[in-house]
Amino acid sequence: MADLASDAETQPFWDGIAAGELRLQRCRDCARAVFYPRALCPHCFGDRLDWFTSPGTGTVYSYTVAHRAFSPSAGTPPYTVALIDLDEGVRMMSRIVGGGRVRIGDRVELEITRLGGEGSPTLPCFRVRETA
Amino acid sequence: MSPRRRAAIVGVAESEVGKTPHLTVLSQQARASRAALAEAGLGPADVNALFVAGNWSWAPALTLAEYLGLRPDYLDGTNIGGSSFEAHVGHAAAAIEAGVIDVALITYGSTQRSNRSRGAARPPATLTEQFDRPFGLPQPVGAYALAANRYLHQYGATGEQLAEVAVSARRWAALNPDAYYRDPITVDDVLDSPMISEPLHLLDCCLVTDGGGAVVVAAEDRWADLGTHPVEVLGHGETTTHSSIAQMPDLTVTGAARSGPTAMRMAGITHDDLDLLEIYDSFTITVLLTLESLGLCKPGEAGEFVAHGRTAPGGEMPMNTNGGGLSYTHPGMYGIFLLIEATRQLRHDFVSDPDRQVDGARLALVHGTGGVLSSASTVVLGRS
Ligand SMILES: [Zn+2]
Repeated sequence: MADLASDAETQPFWDGIAAGELRLQRCRDCARAVFYPRALCPHCFGDRLDWFTSPGTGTVYSYTVAHRAFSPSAGTPPYTVALIDLDEGVRMMSRIVGGGRVRIGDRVELEITRLGGEGSPTLPCFRVRETA
Repeated sequence: MSPRRRAAIVGVAESEVGKTPHLTVLSQQARASRAALAEAGLGPADVNALFVAGNWSWAPALTLAEYLGLRPDYLDGTNIGGSSFEAHVGHAAAAIEAGVIDVALITYGSTQRSNRSRGAARPPATLTEQFDRPFGLPQPVGAYALAANRYLHQYGATGEQLAEVAVSARRWAALNPDAYYRDPITVDDVLDSPMISEPLHLLDCCLVTDGGGAVVVAAEDRWADLGTHPVEVLGHGETTTHSSIAQMPDLTVTGAARSGPTAMRMAGITHDDLDLLEIYDSFTITVLLTLESLGLCKPGEAGEFVAHGRTAPGGEMPMNTNGGGLSYTHPGMYGIFLLIEATRQLRHDFVSDPDRQVDGARLALVHGTGGVLSSASTVVLGRS
């Protein structure tokens, strides 16, 4: 899919997703988690970042139900795009799968899945585990 | 502090706005530039600095300078989205203060509406976009919708309060013969319009138009021989908090919380001194968040700030007096039109139309927002 454009810096993240794991970076200097992957820690400017595997649990910080899709690869609306605060303290954009009404504060867990059917890339999505 | 060499906006103009398939991004800027310079009584030979923002060329300032026949000594292609032009005014004023330039030309042009009808494709995702684009957020409206939902959740605010922003803008647009939409709307009209990305409806969203504009900034030693009343640049501040909405630290606080106080401090004024506000209204939520971040009201109270027609014609705090991006025009990067309107209000250009003219306006706050609440740039302008 044209919207997915991994590069040398981010390949370990996408390799992890393909292998069913959510891999994040952690800074050896300030011990804070870093997402998205990069060469420098955005918290302390340190350059010693290690990869680790996140259990993929978090909380819905905000969401929107899209009623228009501005790109054909996005799937058929309506669907829910959310910002997830992972328990490690980083925020990522994702899609809520599994249906049902989403609320801010819902506890969610990782579900790596394809949004566009067979042949589309696997993506880190989330499912509601516990309603706020 | 030693007195600064002062800078003022001395000429403004827009090109044709709306649907303009007969114009290009270059011809729009050329028309606006010629008109803005002519209004000031200046010509191309007076311009020694060119400020351009856009995505239509690999180096827009070079393309435009060549097209206009200019060979400026100072070039600024700062592109931070729709707030670029407030940044340009600040940069131009600083360069004038430093004695580096005398007359700056700031321009913008867009054919986004005509382009869209020709089915222009989105450029491929690059670098950090790989972590947003696959999830299908409609851009930019979806990013603003994420902020809006967070705001409504956090403060118990309502869609009705968002809608008030659009209703007030339309009331101003009714007084502006150049506004794209002029028919009155109600809060219910906004809430009944099609849902785009929850909680934002169609009428919570800005227009998609073609258009262009130009602003001329000149040093005080040039003001005496000009054709217009100079509108002084009193203060400026700018910042960025993020690029992707997923990395915005707090979805209810924008960079206006930094750029606003910086600009106000430089101008030496307080909120009580302001006669009018020109606040970037890409979406209704943009305005509520900006008013709070600027400190014009407390967090969660912007809904009340815009309620009961307070910012509409005849209200105590006139805002977006041309109809704004919601009803007047929005060719992709709206910030230059905020400056054009504030300048005209402070020159009292509309005295023959007392409903449209903010009576005795002397001080205006102009605030641009760029990207997805990503950049903030505030300018304080004063009638000198
Ligand atoms: Zn660190």
